[in-house]
Order: sequence, then C-alpha cells, then structure tokens
Amino acid sequence: MWQVRWVLKPIVFLACLIPALHLALGALNAAGLPHVGNVSLGADPVKVMLHTCGRWTLNFLMITLCMTPLRDLTRSLLWLRFRRMFGLFALFYVSLHFTVYLLLDQSGRLDALWQDIVKRPYITIGMLGLLLLIPLGVTSTARAQRRLGRRWIQLHRLIYVIAILGVWHFWWQVKKDIREPLLYACGLTLLLGYRLWKQRNSTARVSAARFARTDGA
Amino acid sequence: MSKKFADSGRIAPSDITPHRQYLSRRTLLAGGIGLVAAQGLAGVTRRASAQSAGALAFTHNAAFSVTEQPNTYTDITTYNNYYEFGTDKSDPSENAQNFHTRPWNVTIGGEAELTGTFNLEDILKPHPLEERVYRLRCVEAWSMVIPWIGFPLGDLLKRFKPTSKAKFVEFKTLYDPKQMPGQRARVLEWPYVEGLRMDEAMHPLALMAVGLYGKVLPNQNGAPLRLIVPWKYGFKGIKSIVSIKFTERAPRTTWAGSAANEYGFFANVNPEVDHPRWSQATERHIGANAFGPRRPTLPFNGYAAQVAGLYSGMDLRKYY
Ligand code: HEM
Repeated sequence: MWQVRWVLKPIVFLACLIPALHLALGALNAAGLPHVGNVSLGADPVKVMLHTCGRWTLNFLMITLCMTPLRDLTRSLLWLRFRRMFGLFALFYVSLHFTVYLLLDQSGRLDALWQDIVKRPYITIGMLGLLLLIPLGVTSTARAQRRLGRRWIQLHRLIYVIAILGVWHFWWQVKKDIREPLLYACGLTLLLGYRLWKQRNSTARVSAARFARTDGA
Repeated sequence: MSKKFADSGRIAPSDITPHRQYLSRRTLLAGGIGLVAAQGLAGVTRRASAQSAGALAFTHNAAFSVTEQPNTYTDITTYNNYYEFGTDKSDPSENAQNFHTRPWNVTIGGEAELTGTFNLEDILKPHPLEERVYRLRCVEAWSMVIPWIGFPLGDLLKRFKPTSKAKFVEFKTLYDPKQMPGQRARVLEWPYVEGLRMDEAMHPLALMAVGLYGKVLPNQNGAPLRLIVPWKYGFKGIKSIVSIKFTERAPRTTWAGSAANEYGFFANVNPEVDHPRWSQATERHIGANAFGPRRPTLPFNGYAAQVAGLYSGMDLRKYY
C-alpha cells in the first residue's frame, strides 16, 4: 500500500509537528527574532512552551496506546503502522519538554535540575518517565524488533508504566484544579483496563478450549 | 501588532506602554477629583477600549514606588490568577468582561464601632488616590512590576474604629456563580477568603487598589476593589472585595485552608522556604526578556527594610 507509506504517513507526520512548529514561531516572536505568522505565546512564553510540550508528550503516549484497541475495534491493521511514529513523537516532545525546562526555565543550571529531581517527587517521576522512554525509542527500529524477538514485546510493555508515570507527574504538579489530570487518568484507566480485560478473556478462552479438548478426549 | 515592526527589536511595539502618552495623561488628570471620563484621550483607548476606559485622578507616590520598568498593560491584564473566572491565566481576561462592578456594596463587620453595608462610592469618597509601582511575586515563582492606583488600607480601616478586640482583618470576594463561572466548580472553597494581622493591615505599604496604569481596574484584575500586599505572595491580594470583617482570631483563609502544608496564613515572600513542589529561591520575571535568566527572589519581595520588623522574633519557617 504505497498510499499509506507515501501519502498518509507524511501527512500524519507533519500534523504531529504542528504543536512544535507553533511553539517555535511563538518563541522566535517572543525573543524578538525574525519570524512569520506573529504567533503569540502570551506573557510567559517559557511556561506555555513547557506545558504544551508536556501536554503533547502525554497526548502521544495516550494516542500510542489507542492503536491496539482501534485495531481490534475496526479489525484493521492500518493503525499499527502508525504506532511507532506516535511513540517516537512522545519521545520527541518529552525531550523538548525537558530541554525547555532545563535551558529556559532553569537557565541551564544542572544543580537546580538535580535539586528538583531529588526534592520534588513530581520531577523525579517525570524524569523516570523520560529515562524509560529512551530505550523504547532506541529499540524502535524493525531491526531491533527482529533481534530482540519476544523480549521486544516485554520491553515495550514499559509504555504502560511510562503512561502511568506521566499522568501521575501531571497530577502532582497542578496547584489545585485536578480536573484535567483526572480526565487523562480516566482515559488511561480505560486503555489499560481494556488490555487487562482482553488478557483475561483470552486466557479464559484458552483454558476453555483446553478444557473442551480434554473433555473430548 | 502590525507585522512590519515585529522584528525590529526585542519588544513588540504592541507591548510597549505608550509612555509619553501615559505621562501626559497623568499630568492632565492629576489634581482632578473622582472619576473622569476620558475616552477621547490618546493612549487610554489603545488596548483597553473594550474594558472600562475610565481614567482616574491620582498623584504618583515616588517614595512608595520601585524604579523598575513596569510590565506592559497587556501582560498585566491577560496573565491573571483569578480562579473565580477560570484556572488558566488567560481565562479571567476572557470571562470577566461582562462582570458587573456597579452597583457594588461592601459590608464592614466584626470588632469595630462602625459597621454596616456601604455603597462603594461611600467607601472610596474620602480617599485621595495615589499611584504606587509595586513588585508582585506570585507563589508560582513568577513576578511582575505593576503601577497600581489606590489608597492605604489602614486609612480605610481606621474610619470604622476597630476595637481593641480587633486582632485580624478578614476579606471576602463576591460569591456569584452566575457571573463568576469558575465558582460553579469546587476547585476552591467559595467565596475566597483572605486575611491579615491587624499590624500588617495598618502597614503603610498595604494598599486598596481601584486602578492600574492610571485607569479603573479591569475586571480580570479584581475590580472594583482589591487588596495589594506587596511583600506577600500574590494570592493574599484578594479581589472584588464585598466584605471586610475585624476578628479576634486569625481567619481561615482559602489557600491555607485548602492545603495548609503548601500555603500559610502569612505567605510572606521568602526565598528560603520552598513550596513543597517548587523552589521559591528564584523567580521568572514576566516581560520583554522572556528567555532571560531567573532572578533571585528577595526576602519579603524586596520590602524587608519596611516590613521585616512586623515579624521579629517569629520563626518564618514555621509561620510561612
Ligand atoms: C513521560 C514524561 C513526562 C510527561 C508525560 C510529562 C507531562 C507533563 C504534563 C502533562 C505537564 C502539565 C502541562 C499542563 O499543565 O498543561 C507537565 C508539567 C511539567 N513537567 Fe513534565 N512530563 C514528563 C517529564 C518531565 C521531566 C523529565 C521533567 C523535568 C525534569 C518535567 C518537568 C515538568 C515541569 C517543570 C512542569 C511544569 C510544572 C509547573 O508549571 O509548575 N516533566 N509535564
């Protein structure tokens, strides 16, 4: 299906870059550098950049987790062809999130970063999420997938842990209004609950089948 | 706002206060009394035409003003924490436009000889307005510099002759979920309550604000009447006040009541006492140099010389 590879994928890829592009234009504007579009990030551009990147990290984690249920629901394998791209975009946005935090928010001070990692649980958790995403990114190639075989599947189950850490991190950093993290938590519960349900169902089916076989024998 | 200027410097022209216009406006109006309708004046209508364009008569109080460059009117009026109108910084400027600030009553109660409900005009009448350029430090570790228009809180409180039992002052914001969409969700306990110890309230730096940048306070900044306590975190500066009560005991204030381990009653700006989730040692200054380094936060937000005496002998780690 060349259309997927040469048309659909590039379109989705470019769409995934829109938030980053928006921030880049806004940042140029805020810094008084040449730019187009006159995008404004408001009075506190650093915070907007930090939050937008964090938000899209979480969004891409959730989108990645939607692919398997969507495959099951629509009985189409098309979704899985986008899963790696979305996962890598989660890594891309968390890298930006971290860079904005370290370079713009904390003015590049590594001691401040370290202080935050050891003192603020929400940063500790976010950092853990970032570190866990890196091996998934590194092993996202088809070659690594072939080489690792079954262990690849086990390794990439880390995405569940990362998503939980991400929502937890979000929850802990809000001042008072937890409605939005709650929404993400509900979404994640659905997505992870679906997998548990599927697993239980399939083990039930397997043992039922086995039972039927022994019965028949 | 026009694109052709956009790359001509660090600051977009839309962000620069037309300072000359601002000064001339001030000289024009200083000495007048009460509210002056001044829609026609250049500068006044520039950004705020949708908001109340009323210019105020006031004198500049240099002794109580910092010399730093104030933030732009746009920054000050579009980047607000005012949960009654929503929890995003941009929500208040969007949701407060139709908020009615007239007629407005303020109820004075508690341990005072003169109590009752007063019309806002009667509350304001005896007080000459002055401009004070104050630093503002938010508990979220960002800061601004704002030219407020107002009068000393102490002058107002004295009029009601607080008794010897009055040890604290409690303030309340309007509760009106019809007008204040944020109050329809229980993000905080409504109405918002704040308070000061009596000696803090009588300190000459404590200000009742009714305007900024020479004009009537925009709704999103707490119109028609709000508190400014420049040596404390911004959340102490309660907005849209409808009640002032003299009490014997410390009032249960909203943020301290909602998370006592994170927000104290005093909430004095203190670089040495961190919020549990972030450091208070430095702050990001909102403004032209958006990507500049963080600034060190000063004890009492730079007002230590004036106010530290109020807290001598107190353990500021315990009473944060
Ligand atoms: C999987 C990893 C991560 C995810 C999913 C994530 C997601 C988020 C989200 C959704 C927000 C809130 C955005 C909003 O309010 O709209 C946020 C805020 C934040 N994150 Fe992350 N993040 C991650 C990793 C990190 C790391 C590694 C750091 C730094 C070491 C970090 C530092 C922050 C900071 C400082 C804030 C803002 C807190 C504030 O404004 O008070 N995050 N993050």
